[in-house]
Amino acid sequence: MKIILNGEQRDVETATLSGVLDQLGFGTAKVATALNGNFVPASARSETFLTEGDRLEVVAPMQGG
Amino acid sequence: MARFYGQDLGSALMLGTALYPSPAIMADAFRASGAGVATVSLRRENGASRAGQDFWSLVSNMGVPVLPNTAGCHTVKEAVTTAQMAREVFDTPWVKLEVIGHTDTLQPDVFGLVEAAKILCAEGFKVFPYTTEDLIVAERLLGAGCEVLMPWGAPIGSGLGLTNIQGLRTMRAQFPDVPMVIDAGIGLPSHAAQAMEMGFDAVLLNTAVARAGDPVAMARAFGKAVEAGRAAYLADPMEPSDMASPSTPLIGKAFLE
Repeated sequence: MKIILNGEQRDVETATLSGVLDQLGFGTAKVATALNGNFVPASARSETFLTEGDRLEVVAPMQGG
Repeated sequence: MARFYGQDLGSALMLGTALYPSPAIMADAFRASGAGVATVSLRRENGASRAGQDFWSLVSNMGVPVLPNTAGCHTVKEAVTTAQMAREVFDTPWVKLEVIGHTDTLQPDVFGLVEAAKILCAEGFKVFPYTTEDLIVAERLLGAGCEVLMPWGAPIGSGLGLTNIQGLRTMRAQFPDVPMVIDAGIGLPSHAAQAMEMGFDAVLLNTAVARAGDPVAMARAFGKAVEAGRAAYLADPMEPSDMASPSTPLIGKAFLE
């Protein structure tokens, strides 16, 4: 299944958000997610299913002013 | 002492974490300044490099409360979603709410700001809104549930200092009980001291320290300036006058003609 991860097309094998994060190497990393522009809390990742063409944003702490 | 949403800060200096020559210099600058808050942000993470994880371990080890921002957001939707993600990642309800309206000046879109503030306050966020010195917007932000206001001193990154002193003075006088932070545009420690002397509760800056030739020395200078400005405000400064008034007593002066 093809999704858009942080603006780039990626092939993923599983449909749950938690499975996708594992596959993409985020594992236990401190990240937050938004699916198609809407925040998905960490607690809801295992019940959140992705579909073809979904836009997934994965963000982490970064420098800011 | 600077107090926001019931939390006392160790210093009235809020310092950004961006644009430093290196992570080590950033950490040294924080130590030298004694800053009471570190502002942070969220950006796309790469599963392979995981750059954000190293940054987070550095910041969390500094032992300073963090204030996540929604920098770069131009719509209410973007800002709200970013704030929601920041609350989870940084484990804090505090958010520096930026809804940018203009690319060149980075002036806040105050209409979007009020709308986003309403949504976030209703969701339990403790919102620090980056706003202008407009009094009506300030009233709307307070009505939305904000308990702090953060008027700009000058455009972000400009280093111009307080460009509308009269407007800021009026704002301070209009809302005497609302904690207020001058955010953005501070270029020199004297600008920070001036804001504190005017009765603002804190200043937030980043570029002035990070882009100085010696960021650590400049951070130390800002820490002292903020402390001096606050002490001066509490000491109740004298009233300025257009006329001279001799400070040395004339009584007893020798007659020498």
